[in-house]
Amino acid sequence: MQIYICVKHVPDSAAHITILDKNRIDENISFLLNPYDEHAVTEAVKIKNNHPGTEVVVVCLGNNEAEKTIRSAMAMGADRGILIASDDNHDSLVTAFALKSVIEQDGNPGLIFTGKESIDAEGMQTMFRLGTLFDFPVATNVVKLNIESDKAVVDCELSGGVSNVYQMPLPCILGAGRGLNTPRYPTFPDVVKSKKKPVKTIDFNDLNIKEVTTKMSIVELVPLKQNREPKEIKGDADGIANELFRILKQEAKLI
Amino acid sequence: MMKNVGIIIELDNKKIKETNFAMITMARAKNTQLFALVLDAYESGVKENLESFGISNIVEVVLAPDQQNNPVTRAKALVNAIEEFNISMVFGLSSAKGKDLLPRIAAQLYAPLAMDCVYVDIEQKQVKTSQYSGKTMASVQLKGDIPMVGIRPNAIEPVKAQTAARILKFDSTHLVTDEFRVIKSGELDKTTHINLSEAEVIIAGGRGMKKSENFTLLSQCAKKLNAAVGASRVAVDSGWVPYSMQVGQTGEKVSPRVYIACGISGSIQHFAGMKTSGMVIAINTDENAAILANCDYYAVADALEIIPKLTNILDNG
Repeated sequence: MQIYICVKHVPDSAAHITILDKNRIDENISFLLNPYDEHAVTEAVKIKNNHPGTEVVVVCLGNNEAEKTIRSAMAMGADRGILIASDDNHDSLVTAFALKSVIEQDGNPGLIFTGKESIDAEGMQTMFRLGTLFDFPVATNVVKLNIESDKAVVDCELSGGVSNVYQMPLPCILGAGRGLNTPRYPTFPDVVKSKKKPVKTIDFNDLNIKEVTTKMSIVELVPLKQNREPKEIKGDADGIANELFRILKQEAKLI
Repeated sequence: MMKNVGIIIELDNKKIKETNFAMITMARAKNTQLFALVLDAYESGVKENLESFGISNIVEVVLAPDQQNNPVTRAKALVNAIEEFNISMVFGLSSAKGKDLLPRIAAQLYAPLAMDCVYVDIEQKQVKTSQYSGKTMASVQLKGDIPMVGIRPNAIEPVKAQTAARILKFDSTHLVTDEFRVIKSGELDKTTHINLSEAEVIIAGGRGMKKSENFTLLSQCAKKLNAAVGASRVAVDSGWVPYSMQVGQTGEKVSPRVYIACGISGSIQHFAGMKTSGMVIAINTDENAAILANCDYYAVADALEIIPKLTNILDNG
């Protein structure tokens, strides 16, 4: 079986975001593998270990720097990578068209993973758009996965630890959630080995993706700041608890 | 020309969820009529609720009983209803269920979709939504035939606007999804659990909670305040509480009216998940904790001591 993982090269969650030209960010910050995608890679490698003969391929639409993210995924155990090189930002539909085109050219997916969302665009929809283009079933926020010969049984978390359990035939597309596994961070030898693994680069423009009429574009970005003026609640424990009660009752009007 | 705006209503145990009202308020505009799209059976009172916020058409989408919980069937039925009633824009909640349902519909319609919106300009088809881990607010232009928006719960205060609504039945009992089967449908126990992303009040615990058992102190207090209990990444990664309770960049993004942070230092990633909250109250023993500089009220104290006392006062108050 071939497992494809669609990953994204995103700004480090701790990085300070500076806005340039009204609607883009200064990319001179540290970028890394989208955190949810780490769970996808970890799960794919786990399946590979249990099913000899499985190949794990990482696909990423991004600029040339995104090769680093592909290397990170390979250090975590993926076999090879494909970079769809483009300097532009693309929305989820164009991204899905590009991923589909490349995966189709490359092989026969038995399973396709994404993260449940990217931490930069926070769009939560690429897996469903891929599902429509491939005509494969889709599940997202997957926190448990069992592959049973030709089908997948997944737990998808709703909220508060409550999950729905779905069954679907392979191939299918799964959006990895946080509870799926604990990512295994690579050791130094893993990193060295990943440098020798192959990464193929395909130019986005060579895919000849047809112009789509549906588009989502960023008009403006503004920093999300809080203007809070912290006031200290002083006193002993009883005093603090009483003052909290007063604030909740009189100011927040909760009680 | 009149435009038809569709609003996917989320019910809870046959009753309407409060969070729908702010969404309906956001969807009202000149020269539009509002269509409530309802997939589940509802109790009496719901029609009046919808009418009091400006809904003029209630589309009751009827599914085969064994398909009621199937997300693929539900999405397909809504796609058909959107086409049948010439809906030109779709609103839904960016709730746990909405995050599965709305993208399924958008994918089938090849429609643009923005999730977690806090503001919608219906005329311009522009929305405001957080990006870059909640560090920026983005204005996003949606281009395409049927723009779709997922609304962040509690983003605005609901405002009433009385109308009368007609009921339109939309039979979808012929829809059957074979390839995607529901083995088990999880239902929240409403008596003990309040959905984090939709809660009006959240009490969250972090490193300062020290162990799993101490989260009981938060639940006891939360019960009195009708609040949900959340957690920081440290608390989740330490195995004290499940992942689903995490607030932050890789957890839930929440906007409650009041957020009480107990023993949470306030990392940039935690703020990403709760910075749009109304009032933020922080209790932390460390006077240098980042959250104390970025809240409305704080106490340099041990939450393990303060919270049980607050619970006591709430009990007797």
